Amino acid sequence: MMIRLQAGTARPAAITLLVDGSPLSAPEGEPLATALGASGLLRLRDSPRTGAPRGAFCFMGACQECLVHVDGIPRQACMTPVRHGMVIERRGMP
Amino acid sequence: MSRQADLIVLGAGPAGANAAIAAAGAGLSVVLLDEQDAAGGQVWRAPWPGLVREARSSEARDGDRLRARLAASRVEALFGRRIWSVTRSFHVDAIGPGGNETFTAPRLVAALGAHERVVPFPGWTLPGIVGLTAATVLLKSHAVLPGQRVMVAGCGPLLAAVAAAIVKAGGTVAAVADLASPRDWPAATPLLATRPRLLAQGAGWVLKLAAGRVPVYFRHGVACAEGSGQVERVTLAPVDADGRPCGGVATVIKADALCVGHGLIPGAEITKLLRARHVYDRRRGGWVPELDAFGRTSLPGLFAIGDGAGIGGAASAELAGKLAGLVAAKDAGALPADAFARMAPPLRRKLGRLSVFSAAMARMMSLRAAQVAVIAADTVICRCEDVTRREIDAAFEAGAREVNQLKHFTRCGMGPCQGRMCGDVAAQLLAQRVGSREAVGHWTGRPPLRPVALDALIGDFDYGDIPIPEPAPL
Repeated sequence: MMIRLQAGTARPAAITLLVDGSPLSAPEGEPLATALGASGLLRLRDSPRTGAPRGAFCFMGACQECLVHVDGIPRQACMTPVRHGMVIERRGMP
Repeated sequence: MSRQADLIVLGAGPAGANAAIAAAGAGLSVVLLDEQDAAGGQVWRAPWPGLVREARSSEARDGDRLRARLAASRVEALFGRRIWSVTRSFHVDAIGPGGNETFTAPRLVAALGAHERVVPFPGWTLPGIVGLTAATVLLKSHAVLPGQRVMVAGCGPLLAAVAAAIVKAGGTVAAVADLASPRDWPAATPLLATRPRLLAQGAGWVLKLAAGRVPVYFRHGVACAEGSGQVERVTLAPVDADGRPCGGVATVIKADALCVGHGLIPGAEITKLLRARHVYDRRRGGWVPELDAFGRTSLPGLFAIGDGAGIGGAASAELAGKLAGLVAAKDAGALPADAFARMAPPLRRKLGRLSVFSAAMARMMSLRAAQVAVIAADTVICRCEDVTRREIDAAFEAGAREVNQLKHFTRCGMGPCQGRMCGDVAAQLLAQRVGSREAVGHWTGRPPLRPVALDALIGDFDYGDIPIPEPAPL
């Protein structure tokens, strides 16, 4: 689980998004992969060929491992800021 | 609709932003495009918009200064733009917040930075395992620790920087595993002495780790990572100077995160796409464009600078950027030859002084061939397509002699990362059988450079707008 640093750090107010049907609270604008990681959700999808668990790897938009569905569209979680009411689905998971 | 400029700069890191500022200062109209929300690249990446951080490192201040200089310049800097196509006449397509945008200019500077090399080991695809560069992004831009107990492994200056930053932020580093020996760091010290601030940072990390009582395993690599659904344990094993396991006692470390990296690979995708001439240079990270002393490639009007043109670090990238910006302005006729003759030599002298340091850093991060040679047969090499080493070896047996053949035979490099994660190691595996990296080549550059969503390309498209010719009479 990722841990948000607190000292000398100020974040926007929390918003709520839905992740696989469950509400999750995170500061508005935080990158989605980090918002999920800070809630202990590191496994974002399973690999298409062997079904092995995968999560965010490069955090700069290159590796495509953090792909999740955001409001029905595949997006890179490391490049997507969280907004109130966003619906996240980790498809391709058992 | 396309927008015309005198110069397009792709990438707003230390190289690209400085090129843009220098060229605009000399009178060119400059468009600067970057995928992130702000300038700085990965090395000086800004906190995400909305996040406010008080405690600022010297790197963060460097980034703030660059962003302030850019804001005060006449550069048209556009962020949140994903570049997906560039033609040889410098027609650039990018997906932005409002859909697709097209830019054209007679000159183009590619400053795309680097991505990380991770030499695969069993379990490296588990969630909770991230690159060292990813870890720096988490720490400085996202203000999070990668985990509760973090293992840090690999080689080069990023290893030290990540471990020290976690300790400084109050996190727990379970252990550090460095492929280098303790003697390798002092050996680099006379070279580091040409850059006193970086020397201080290097000494600083050792002190911080000692104060945090972090065990440091020199000459150790990751043998495997294990866990159910995410990383839980990391096994370390002693290695020789080439990165080859040399027997000895394995050590199992409990960790819920592993930050691992084995150097940087130049992001030379634009120069490859535009078919500029390249050379393989292991010490500068891999395939790099052939350049003259001012950053010009073999394609007239195309420049390549910064880590994307060969790993050299941020300080060199800044200078190469300033120089390329001035050269572009001179070539365009905006900067008089006498002004250029006055401005360029000091930059070239500084760049020359830095080159020794840059080479030393790049060498610590260059590929250790033996580390690739010992990858186990069942280990995944291509993450996107789950292609194992066994399949790559089988492709060689079946006749693949060049990386694009390997791709066709196995799908290695054909997934959504477009070979960025696996390309260097896959080519090295094939080169070990074929004979050389030059012989096996590199992936052919093709658009789209990055995956783009069709809805963003289509925009407000209407089928009724398609002019359909009348069918031929029967």
